Amino acid sequence: MLVEAANLHAGYGEMNILDGVSLALEAGEIGVVIGPNGAGKSTTLKALFGLLRVSEGSVRFDGADVTNATPESLVRRGMSFVPQERNVFETLTVQENLEMGAFVRRDDYRHLVERIYALFPPLRDKRGQPAGELSGGQRQMVAMGRALMVEPRLLLLDEPTAGLSPLFMSQVFEQILAVNATGVGVLMVEQNARQALGIAHKGFVLASGRNRFTDTGQKLLADPEVARSFLGG
Amino acid sequence: MNELVFFVNKVLVAGTVIGSIYALGAVGVTLVFGILRFAHFAHGDLMTAGAFAALAGAAGLHALGVSTPLPIGFVALPLAMIATALLAMGLDRTFYRPLRERGARPIVLVMASIGVTLMLQGLVRLFAGTAPRSFFTGERKDIFHIALPFDLADRPIIVTEPQVLLVLLTAAAVVALHYFLTRSRLGKAMRATSDNADLARVSGIDTELVARTTWIIAGGLAAAGGTMLSLDVTLKPDLSFSLLLPIFAAAIVGGVGQPYGAIAGGFLVGFAETLSVFNWSVLLRVLAPVLPETVEIPTKLAFVPPEYKIVVPFFILVVVLVWRPTGIFRGRVL
Amino acid sequence: MNRLAVRELALLAGLVVMVGLIQAWLGTAYTLRMLVEASCYAILALGLGIQWGYGGLFNVGVVGFVALGGFASVLLSYPVNEDFLNSGSAAELARVGLYAVLGIAVVFAISRLHRLGVPRGLCTAATIAAAAAVYLVVTTALDPVAGEIEANAGFVGGLGLPAWTGWLAGGALAGLVAWPIGRICLGLRSDYLAIATLGIAEIIKAFLKNADWLTRGTLTVSPLPWPVPTPDEVGFVWARAGYLCLTAAMVVAIYVLLERAYRAPWGRMMRAIRDNEVSAAAMGKDVNRRRLEIFVLGSILIGIGGAALVSFVRIFDPAGFLPLNYTFLVWVMVILGGSGNNLGAIVGALLVYIIWTLSEPAALLLFDALRDLGDAWFGWDAPSDLQSRALQMRVFVIGLTITLVLRFAPRGVLPERAPRHEQVGPR
Ligand SMILES: Nc1ncnc2c1ncn2[C@@H]1O[C@H](COP(=O)(O)OP(=O)(O)O)[C@@H](O)[C@H]1O
Ligand SMILES: [Mg+2]
Repeated sequence: MLVEAANLHAGYGEMNILDGVSLALEAGEIGVVIGPNGAGKSTTLKALFGLLRVSEGSVRFDGADVTNATPESLVRRGMSFVPQERNVFETLTVQENLEMGAFVRRDDYRHLVERIYALFPPLRDKRGQPAGELSGGQRQMVAMGRALMVEPRLLLLDEPTAGLSPLFMSQVFEQILAVNATGVGVLMVEQNARQALGIAHKGFVLASGRNRFTDTGQKLLADPEVARSFLGG
Repeated sequence: MNELVFFVNKVLVAGTVIGSIYALGAVGVTLVFGILRFAHFAHGDLMTAGAFAALAGAAGLHALGVSTPLPIGFVALPLAMIATALLAMGLDRTFYRPLRERGARPIVLVMASIGVTLMLQGLVRLFAGTAPRSFFTGERKDIFHIALPFDLADRPIIVTEPQVLLVLLTAAAVVALHYFLTRSRLGKAMRATSDNADLARVSGIDTELVARTTWIIAGGLAAAGGTMLSLDVTLKPDLSFSLLLPIFAAAIVGGVGQPYGAIAGGFLVGFAETLSVFNWSVLLRVLAPVLPETVEIPTKLAFVPPEYKIVVPFFILVVVLVWRPTGIFRGRVL
Repeated sequence: MNRLAVRELALLAGLVVMVGLIQAWLGTAYTLRMLVEASCYAILALGLGIQWGYGGLFNVGVVGFVALGGFASVLLSYPVNEDFLNSGSAAELARVGLYAVLGIAVVFAISRLHRLGVPRGLCTAATIAAAAAVYLVVTTALDPVAGEIEANAGFVGGLGLPAWTGWLAGGALAGLVAWPIGRICLGLRSDYLAIATLGIAEIIKAFLKNADWLTRGTLTVSPLPWPVPTPDEVGFVWARAGYLCLTAAMVVAIYVLLERAYRAPWGRMMRAIRDNEVSAAAMGKDVNRRRLEIFVLGSILIGIGGAALVSFVRIFDPAGFLPLNYTFLVWVMVILGGSGNNLGAIVGALLVYIIWTLSEPAALLLFDALRDLGDAWFGWDAPSDLQSRALQMRVFVIGLTITLVLRFAPRGVLPERAPRHEQVGPR
């Protein structure tokens, strides 16, 4: 198992949101988390990444217990996270955003920057421009590029296609597949459930802070009950 | 022409000097405000403490028999900057970091910084008394009279050695800061944290390291500002409150979290102060021959009497908050 | 809840014992003076306490509002200065006042010109130019008049009205100054309000200290009238006792009114806003308006308390308004007492003020002892200003108390009793 969360309980302050969420992903797989608004999908990612206190349950990454580890140590271990909103440094240039992704590295990472530009060609021309001036799709590229700078084995993405036009959406999905093809495991939260489950090895349906269904992406797509309640018929 | 020289001395020289001091203070305030997200009220006392450290260092050097062509207080400045940087880091560790880790509201940190202000003030006055001190007890302050090469002006432009050093130092600090923030890994991380602290944490940036670096820079620059001000005039233990408002005004005018804005803001506030207290009738008197007899030029025509100088930064602050709270350099409104 | 009530009672009992001891040691007149001053501070603490506890507002300018209260007292209740009224200066001053009113009217009219189709930019520029011109004209006109008043009459004097009118005016003046500040800053984070209040306090102090024609500046004004018989009439003990009755009654009345407001819908809304600004705003509450109300109300209380305090001392000395003795001392009272707890603010005020009063002789005693010891053991040559330095110890202690309370008892010694407002709004 690359990552394995068991019976997670976590929330904001006194308020508990996750009520025993479990999920597991093998190395190199794509996992997709879907569910209605407010189900606790983002909260799950934040709890995995050490941004919220986990009060009960455990997180294992690569065999080691990382429950309540700091984000910084998780980044060092090879996990990175792209939040849903405000996920680029707006006043920093594209290039500087990527460098910040590599903050924990002390080696020469110039070849990685080149790889990111190869993966996201539009960024190459904009390298000196503040990320805040880019379009929505390009920002998403910067955000993903920043997260890839540590050569993670697991990439957490929170709604990477939110607010993008359909054309850009397909582009983002293709890029996620391309990233995955290099051996990076991806755990993403998505609103476009059908499209996302279509590329998923594993799917997790959450509601009210609990797992409702867990299966392969294809089986979930085929399940009439999932389709009725969570895929809009 | 003499009137113009008067203007240069009273406004240009004085404005540059006080503007540099404000800029050195405001950079620290804006960095702390942007990165640690609270208005640091103890900054004026950090400046005073830095000046006292320089005074102590100068006394030490003097006792060792060191004698230099530069003012000895200036020679002691690096020591004072290091000491104040350490002090700032220690204050953060003892008083601010525990609150930060508890997730206290920013305003609680503002209050804590006021507590720190009082403690520093109490300590400084306890150990150093309340009387003003001069750096120039064992040596003379060099004063440069720059005579102008034309006959109309028989009065010279007057600049003192500490003033020249101050301007050079400020320029050097600005350049160094620019290179640090745009070229170094840590400097970029500071800008990133100021831009988006949550994302900085997510990216694996060591935010405590960034906080420490911020305090080192803020403390060092505060010591430089406080020392240079004391070299220019005298070292007053109760100087901090009168510095605080102009420095905050400068930081906010420049846009919170924008170091270059803070520098511009410092000079803006400095020049606004000197221009407001300047007696404009001196310049108007030149016009007397061409004006009709009936127009009487008042002998005193300043916007603000010197004793109300504090109104100027406040006025600037209010105007900015009303008209453009992000400041001229588009900082943030927290 | 019960435990809290016990704690409050214990504190109160401790206070009574302390007061009893002081009475036995230093006499009745001294104790009464201390209690009157403490009760005035309790009014200040209530005003600051609601700003902080109900509104989450950080006011660092308490000293300015206190000074305004004292100034209003002087202006309304100090006897009429016949010299000033009978000199020509009164008419001159009225003329300057007229200029000012006219000028403000003109500036206002110009600022409205855009309604008549004048371009906005031009209108703004014209307004600024007009304001600067009016400002210059009025100050230039005022200068000689002020000099004349100072030379011939000393200062303008008061109106000779009863003392309580001065107190009310003090509250009104403080509220009047607080209003625009609140308007400007309350949309922004509380840090900005802190900076602005610090600034306005410094400006008020500078103004009162330098406008000799209005306040006699450093020459000070005394004796201020009392609303109750003065010591000259009935002796220290009775006069102070009378004053204490009055201020204590004010404290109780303000407390009762605030508690009622706190339990009323208005108070619930205030707490909802403080505890969760985002959801309160999402529910369509005008957060900034409510905050402005609380800020002005708190400042009014501080103005009244300041007027009572300055009147009691009987001398208006603009140079004596040190931030430490007012702003920061009151802050310690409020945060020690517990934010959002009015009874806590009162108890905190009494407790802190008594300790504060006793700390002065205590600090002097301590440092004298230190000097003697240092001299005897090490031949230490103490600096000659040791006494004034000793008093600086208290500045340090106040600062230390603030930081320690914030760190170790963030909810004060007497935390708020009402349950915190539950989470509201959509899940
Ligand atoms: N920062 C926060 N503070 C308090 N409650 C939050 C916060 N973020 C989210 N919540 C609450 O947690 C619940 C789950 O949110 P989230 O995990 O973001 O849902 P989603 O599945 O849509 O991503 C929601 O009820 C939301 O109101
Ligand atoms: Mg979400």
